[in-house]
Amino acid sequence: MIPSRDRTNFLNRQSFLELDARGRAASLFDEGTSRELVGPFDRIESPWLAIQDVTPQEDDGCVVMKGKIAGKASVVVALEGAFQGGSMGEVSGEKMTAALDLACADSEKGVPTSAVILLETGGVRLQEANLGLASVAEIMASILTLRKHAPVICVSAGTVGCFGGMAFAAGLSSYIVLTREARLGLNGPEVIEQESGIDEWDSGDRALVFAINGGEQRYAMGLADALVEDDTPQIVNAVRRFIAKGLPPIHRSSQVELYRRRIGALDTSRQWDPSELRRAWGTNGSKEDNR
Amino acid sequence: MNIFTGVRGTAWFRVLTGQAAAMPGDPHSVLTADAPLGTDHARFLCVVPDPHARFPCARQGQVGLEEAYTLASRVREVIELDKNTATKRPIIAIVDVKSQAYGRREETAAIFLAGAAAADAYGSARLAGHPVIALVVGHAISGGFLTHGYQANRILAFDDDGVMIHAMHREAAARITRRSVEELDKLGKTIAPLSYDIKDYAKLGLLYKLLHVENPETPSANEILTVKNEVIAAIADARSKPVDLRSRRESPGALQTRKGTILVRAKLEEQWRQA
Amino acid sequence: MEQIEFDYPAKRKVSRRAHVGVVGSGGLEVLLEPGEGERSRVFIRTSVHGFRDTWKAVLDRFFSKYDGVVRIQINDAGGTPGSVMLRLEQAVEESEQ
Repeated sequence: MIPSRDRTNFLNRQSFLELDARGRAASLFDEGTSRELVGPFDRIESPWLAIQDVTPQEDDGCVVMKGKIAGKASVVVALEGAFQGGSMGEVSGEKMTAALDLACADSEKGVPTSAVILLETGGVRLQEANLGLASVAEIMASILTLRKHAPVICVSAGTVGCFGGMAFAAGLSSYIVLTREARLGLNGPEVIEQESGIDEWDSGDRALVFAINGGEQRYAMGLADALVEDDTPQIVNAVRRFIAKGLPPIHRSSQVELYRRRIGALDTSRQWDPSELRRAWGTNGSKEDNR
Repeated sequence: MNIFTGVRGTAWFRVLTGQAAAMPGDPHSVLTADAPLGTDHARFLCVVPDPHARFPCARQGQVGLEEAYTLASRVREVIELDKNTATKRPIIAIVDVKSQAYGRREETAAIFLAGAAAADAYGSARLAGHPVIALVVGHAISGGFLTHGYQANRILAFDDDGVMIHAMHREAAARITRRSVEELDKLGKTIAPLSYDIKDYAKLGLLYKLLHVENPETPSANEILTVKNEVIAAIADARSKPVDLRSRRESPGALQTRKGTILVRAKLEEQWRQA
Repeated sequence: MEQIEFDYPAKRKVSRRAHVGVVGSGGLEVLLEPGEGERSRVFIRTSVHGFRDTWKAVLDRFFSKYDGVVRIQINDAGGTPGSVMLRLEQAVEESEQ
């Protein structure tokens, strides 16, 4: 029986998951301050899809919006998970890279400009293979330069989650915001089963991927900075909070000795219950985040 | 799949540094050495197979948790060593990796963060002024390359069919796209980013230089010298230009095959200023 | 890709453009813009070949109710006639807000 207050909250929540990339991006900005850049009517689509009989999308599945969040200059780059699995192609990748570089240039000129990246992606778009892979490397490089000046916040809400090379991009970011429906990992169940066998990972076991890669698990391990409900105001507030907070004292991906020690301490002779790593690594409680 | 994965990495690490070992305390899958290179003293790094690696899914030349954090650690070490030095030493990533490691332990212990940590180290070194050079002597696939090599200022690769840079191995890509390997190869002939041929990769404008080596597994003294000189030239070029990755989209190859990249960046810059 | 074009007589000037939809599998996106002269033109690109008649039926029905002078571009990855009509109607609604 759900307590009546929680039931009311549940009924009143505005689902972020039901919004497409454009809707999600728009929802983050202070009212009336945002503008989409290089949108569908600019018609810069993938040069590689139509020739492979794959229908292109005019924004190539990547939405760039510029405006203010919590009063501060910000750019949001949102991947459309429903288009080609949110995968990185030449154009969608470069939209993200260039947006990060422009935010960095503005920051260097005295207007610190944060970036919020909405990651619903399986990684590199196979139909663009090497240009997709190269674009992920370039995104990673651009996150590194921007995050010296202003926070880079990655949000993954689901249903696609964040897999493949873009999980490295999430790992490089200043803050990670996840819902319980999101998953964050490098390799998905199918490819692990394919590469390492069904005993290593039964891709039919749906609970397993959430137990290992799910938002709640990542948060409890201290690998994400906020765990939020599928509720737009909650997600917006989390993003606003991190933009207002500014740069963290040290980025997670720079904490090499800490993680090296943690990996060294693991007993690799067996598989682990994911809860073991919550205990070993986690500092986050199940409700509040403390970063 | 290249049956020589890892063999070339070890071989070239040895001929370029005179060494072939991990540093004390490091896993045997990461070779690290400091060795003279031209007028510099460079740090060389290579990920190689270790059949006795602690993590069962990282024994065949995959870049796994230990490999990624070891790379990160050894790269950060030179950033620290040179932090008050004007001329930053070069960092040479010798690349011959099967892929990232695919395993349950890896996912549970957040390999996504491990790979990010290695890329962070390499990228931070580049931004600090270290010339970071990736020398692809064998395979450079997907997350393995993103972790070890793809943050380099300059990428060089050998031009024979034992060298492959790609997002996914042929067999897996064929399975996922429901095509035959032959169909994939055919597609690659007309669509350069899909090709498994390193000479087509070279057309994308991402490579600094394609190097011909007659005997890539057992190079002659002359060949070794030539490769060294090419790496030295790449270092000089990296030092003379900005430390970001713009050369990958401003090269002659990019002007031909990355027109979408160039167009979308120009459009975004134009509209950003108006916004 | 199969490319299909249609045009229809039209009268009423339209001032705003609209974009709806996502090219997911079974989905389509519609870009609607003010057109020229007294004809509306539709440009379809679809990865599902051989359904020209079905497209014509849907568009005939659409333009029997809609008289704006527009240029419509559709990128389709297998939308049903129902979803095509829905997206066209949504695009019109957005353009008239």
